[in-house]
Amino acid sequence: MKRHLISAADLTRDDAVLVLDTAEEMARVADRPIKKLPTLRGRTVVNLFFEDSTRTRISFEAAAKRLSADVINFSAKGSSVSKGESLKDTALTLEAMGADAVVIRHHGSGAPHRLATSGWIGGSVVNAGDGTHEHPTQALLDAFTMRRRLAGGEGDLSGRRITIVGDVLHSRVARSNVHLLSTLGAEVTLVAPPTLVPVGVNSWPCEVSYDLDSVIAKSDAVMMLRVQRERMNAAFFPTEREYARRYGLDGQRMARMPEHAVVMHPGPMNRGMEITAEVADSPRCTAVEQVTNGVSIRMAVLYLLLGGAEPAVSGAPSDHPEAARTEESE
Amino acid sequence: MDTGMPAAGGGRSTATGRPVLEAPDITRVLTRIAHEIVERAKGADDVVLLGIPTRGVFLARRLAAKLADITGRPVPHGSLDITMYRDDLRLGPARALARTEIPADGVDGRLVVLVDDVLFSGRTIRAALDALGDIGRPRAVQLAVLVDRGHRELPIRADYVGKNLPTSLRETVKVQLTEEDGRDGVLLGSAGAAGERQHSGAEASAEHAEP
Amino acid sequence: MAGTNTTDGRTLVRGARVLGGEPRDVLIDGETVAEVGESGGSLTADGARIVEADGRILLPGLVDLHTHLREPGREDSETVLTGTMAAAKGGFTAVHAMANTFPVADTAGVVEQVWRLGRESGYCDVQPVGAVTVGLEGKQLAELGAMHDSAAGVRVFSDDGKCVDDAVIMRRALEYVKAFDGVVAQHAQEPRLTEGAQMNEGTVSAELGLGGWPAVAEESVIARDVLLAAHVGSRVHICHLSTAGSVELVRWAKSKGWNVTAEVTPHHLLLTDELVRSYDPVYKVNPPLRTETDVRALREALADGTIDCVATDHAPHPHEDKDCEWGAAAMGMLGLETALSVLQHTMVEPGLLDWAGLAERMSRRPAAIGRLSGQGRPVAAGEPANLLLLDPDYRGTVNPAGFASRSRNTPYEGRELPGRVTHTWLRGRATLVDGNLA
Repeated sequence: MKRHLISAADLTRDDAVLVLDTAEEMARVADRPIKKLPTLRGRTVVNLFFEDSTRTRISFEAAAKRLSADVINFSAKGSSVSKGESLKDTALTLEAMGADAVVIRHHGSGAPHRLATSGWIGGSVVNAGDGTHEHPTQALLDAFTMRRRLAGGEGDLSGRRITIVGDVLHSRVARSNVHLLSTLGAEVTLVAPPTLVPVGVNSWPCEVSYDLDSVIAKSDAVMMLRVQRERMNAAFFPTEREYARRYGLDGQRMARMPEHAVVMHPGPMNRGMEITAEVADSPRCTAVEQVTNGVSIRMAVLYLLLGGAEPAVSGAPSDHPEAARTEESE
Repeated sequence: MDTGMPAAGGGRSTATGRPVLEAPDITRVLTRIAHEIVERAKGADDVVLLGIPTRGVFLARRLAAKLADITGRPVPHGSLDITMYRDDLRLGPARALARTEIPADGVDGRLVVLVDDVLFSGRTIRAALDALGDIGRPRAVQLAVLVDRGHRELPIRADYVGKNLPTSLRETVKVQLTEEDGRDGVLLGSAGAAGERQHSGAEASAEHAEP
Repeated sequence: MAGTNTTDGRTLVRGARVLGGEPRDVLIDGETVAEVGESGGSLTADGARIVEADGRILLPGLVDLHTHLREPGREDSETVLTGTMAAAKGGFTAVHAMANTFPVADTAGVVEQVWRLGRESGYCDVQPVGAVTVGLEGKQLAELGAMHDSAAGVRVFSDDGKCVDDAVIMRRALEYVKAFDGVVAQHAQEPRLTEGAQMNEGTVSAELGLGGWPAVAEESVIARDVLLAAHVGSRVHICHLSTAGSVELVRWAKSKGWNVTAEVTPHHLLLTDELVRSYDPVYKVNPPLRTETDVRALREALADGTIDCVATDHAPHPHEDKDCEWGAAAMGMLGLETALSVLQHTMVEPGLLDWAGLAERMSRRPAAIGRLSGQGRPVAAGEPANLLLLDPDYRGTVNPAGFASRSRNTPYEGRELPGRVTHTWLRGRATLVDGNLA
């Protein structure tokens, strides 16, 4: 891995599998009487949130605390300073306080990239969702969940068919998932009304369909994206009801999925809109599991970025189990 | 221990060095250790064997089989990864984790025998004790190693030793096990000699340069 | 610098390649070119200042139809003085100052103020552009006649930065300015199609998750406006054309014989939206950087005359407006001090334009569109001595630290670009000597 986690596109297959494997080990910590590791003792992780997202923030907070890092939560929302000034000035403040990692959620696409490349701070930057760009840890926890459900918790997702349904245009979750899942060997199909597919999607490593029913029977996993309320009055689709009918997942549609296939949702769900209560509450829906897995994934990311003198090296993860053993052996 | 490292460009078990234990020796000392455990643990009914990855796990598995032969009862065994408890994490890149597998009945109130291939500075065992403390509260903890090469940096000693092997800091000790390396053996070599893998020695000496 | 009436007396420029031709000696006397003669020939230098051109290229002073001088209102980013100094360094002898100042240049009072500041600076003629509508709000026509009748003599009107999107207002403006031979310069941007737009809409915006600014938002307005101009028999000028589709529309309008002119910026001739992958706001500009296909079409259109002229859209911004995340950053980039180098690199060196063609597109045509009588004239005896001398063999890396502009937001920092203006004369008086402002 690089020093930062900005985009799922920056992860090689080996990087991604290393994160997933590490998260598997982290997940085991949750089953112990003492759910804490001393690994990041003395390191400071700042959660810098320019946008409300309690779910993501507490997930990162729990992850950092389980690794014994000190956590500072910085909610920059509602600051009276202009947005540009506040990002830079806030960054300089965090740098002065000795942040080893900054977990940033920002309404503007590219803000984490800017933070990582501007020279404002020296620590690692973890993108916790930027505008309509990316949300790489969400994609990692989604892949982790799918790997557990579909691939025995090992290796990659070669040959799995993943369908992502909904507002792709505005979805950072979709962008990160397309990159990551294709890197892991999955075949990704995006399904949305044409108004919610970005112009330029043809360069993405995935298929695009406007017809959910034509792909659902061949899907190993169907990921439903949240449809934001504010899209409803912007002519992306005529009515909520029509959207739900054409692109929502209800019990009948779910029944046409293969028996082993799962339904995923990054949350929070709009029940009755993109997903019915029947589907949301069925054992095939992994939404709650995804939340649990989020902590393990974020522990893995923080550990791999901060656990050593430098982040785990890209492309040669198989070195490390052996390197770890040299001490007593020689 | 450096077999199977693609970065070093080698295949498996091509290390050179003077053999100090051959396959039959390893089998023999493991049998002896198993008997010692039964004797010291008065029948070994509450023994749990936890191997430290990578080779300690295979040794623990072999010891468990021998104990089962001797006592006629299955002996719980598993693995204990110590990576996240190491005191030298910040001296190198972040390390991939190995598996921690605790037997179903846990370790509380039991006699845990930690198993590792080589005892050197003692830092791995210090980390293992910390890791174990977060998992449960054993009745007692003991340590079994295949080779003790000396040079302790912490007040730690082994309860069961396959072979005491006085070494100099310039020498390397390589344990090979069939499960990982395709053959059994312990080799004594000198760091920097032809055919040795530089980075492993460098890593070890870096640790010991900054205790 | 003293007022504009003083001159440098006589200056003899020896061995200058006029419009890139054979070396000539050019004698400047007072405000005019006195004589153009054989190199090393009969022209005498009695008492004249001598400039050894040494094969450098002599061009008519450049004219910019599209400059943001920011004064009044944003003197922290540029003033008329610093902006005209930057113009002189770039070889310009006239710039059109855009109307989006604070207050907006929508009254005779504001345009006269800008015009007067220009005269006082003395580095470059400043021709104010008047706003088409009050406050650039697109609702009510500004007093176009009063601005024309003022001392500033405004002939070019633009709401630049905003599009005159109401078709009726646009029609009325086009009609109204016919009375005094004015022209409306349209910033073509359909506002609803560009809500939240941050960059060109295409494969890069899809990946980066930045709001898309589709080509159709520019092209649909151009299509409407050339039809409107044809309908009412007016002339219309299209600001900063940026897409291949816009080129096709202008080509079509011209083929109909309609009175349509168009400009392109240097940056749209060189840079593409791939640069936005860095999320560095120095590449944030409106209209946005487009694709390689668009760049090629724009170069060809400038070469074949479909696009009449180059205009810089020089848009200074203070450091803090660019030293931030993309979404919060201001749109725009500097242009005056690098325009000629970018044109040499993109048009002259690839053989798309010769120096005479470049002079046509950077001096004569923009002066003609703006109806500036003393600018964009030939280099010939009796003509106003608005000239520049260019060293085309110079190779250097753009370093904004040396800029005369008050701002530093150039997209070319660290880039190697050819050519360097060594001398500029504004009506016979040197404003730039050996690369240094006079």
